[in-house]
Amino acid sequence: MAGRSLALAPLLAAVLATTVAVADTLEADRRSGYDLMSPELRAMQDDDLSNPGMFWVLDGERLWQEPAGAAGIACAGCHGDAQESMRGVAARYPAFDPALGRPQDLAGRISQCRTERQEAEPLARESDALLALSAFVAHQSRGLPIDPPGDPRLQPFRAKGAALYQTPIGQLDLACASCHDRNWGRRLGGSTIPQAHPTGYPLYRLEWQALGSLQRRLRNCMIGVRATPFDFGAPELIELELYLMSRAAGMAVETPAIRP
Amino acid sequence: MRTLINVPKTAKKGEIVEIRAMVAHPMETGYRTGENGVPIPRQIIHRFTCSFAGREIFAADLFPAMSANPFLAFTTVATGSGTFTFTWTDDDGTTQSAAAEITVT
Ligand code: HEC
Ligand code: HEC
Repeated sequence: MAGRSLALAPLLAAVLATTVAVADTLEADRRSGYDLMSPELRAMQDDDLSNPGMFWVLDGERLWQEPAGAAGIACAGCHGDAQESMRGVAARYPAFDPALGRPQDLAGRISQCRTERQEAEPLARESDALLALSAFVAHQSRGLPIDPPGDPRLQPFRAKGAALYQTPIGQLDLACASCHDRNWGRRLGGSTIPQAHPTGYPLYRLEWQALGSLQRRLRNCMIGVRATPFDFGAPELIELELYLMSRAAGMAVETPAIRP
Repeated sequence: MRTLINVPKTAKKGEIVEIRAMVAHPMETGYRTGENGVPIPRQIIHRFTCSFAGREIFAADLFPAMSANPFLAFTTVATGSGTFTFTWTDDDGTTQSAAAEITVT
């Protein structure tokens, strides 16, 4: 899959070199990637019986009920009905974790419950089980507005994410903002450049033929500009997520979304 | 069961109804290579059938070009109340099935 992004690289260098700061994305002009998709793909996302992301949500629902680990307790054993206990949770992640002294994303938070509360084997980032649990938990916030916590302890991390977003990286020397703020809505090869709102994760991407996390998406963009991507779970990816979530505050959660 | 089936719960006799069926499956083409260039063996669902009251009403042969999690939609005429049975057959012979009821008035 990385191959496809790499193939785009020479093309986009040419496209972007000609473009100097078109107006930055205005607050009023915010659009989810959903709004930029074809009617067919939107229909696929809207119908739970044609949205393959629902397979992971259903798997997550099963895992939620299954006792695991040395403690032999299911997620449901402590958290009960996810429809109530997990409603709105994904909309306010990443959140500050006092024990770690830094922000934690939803998948990291779930892993933590899994190892510390269930005393079970850790789930690898991007494993089907962790994606399924994350999708199931995030699905409980579908339709709710993204609601980043005002916690002042998050501020320095969010600022780091914002700075990274503006920093040119990779052999193509492009910042996230070069594409997503200054060229959104334009085409890059076969793709429409979205505004990079993290509204639908984990989501089903047709190119992946599978569900994937926001971190996978961010790593794809980094590989696309020929930068060395940060590792899954790296603090920089969580800082970027913090910034992206604050930029998307108030937009509706779509998990599990579909993207091309 | 990793299938998502959409059959209308009720229909009028003689009505044309749309049936949609999706199954979770990687549909590995056999053309890709994994770590260190080792080929990933083909593993696809090559046959889908739908029966109503024991009689086959729709069937499809699938090929490696089909996407993962294949989704099929087709129509049939509602003749009476009963059960649709869906079967997906893998290259290795294993099958998955699902069923859905319709009430026809
Ligand atoms: C033994 C009880 C226990 C089990 C089992 C457990 N959790 Fe938790 N979980 C907690 C407690 C207590 C908290 C909140 C306190 C804290 O921060 O540790 C929590 C917090 C969370 C949060 C963050 C909620 C928020 O509002 O920020 C999520 C998400 C979560 N758990 C998911 C899961 C999932 C998914 C599983 C199963 C894989 C699970 N938990 C299993 C006890 C448990
Ligand atoms: C060269 C242009 C380019 C750069 C630079 C770039 N991206 Fe992207 N990004 C894209 C394109 C194109 C897509 C959509 C791909 C598709 O739909 O096939 C995308 C998709 C995304 C999405 C998914 C949005 C959705 O609707 O799910 C996010 C989030 C994102 N990028 C964040 C970033 C971040 C953060 C950076 C900086 C580290 C970055 N991108 C750098 C071109 C770029």
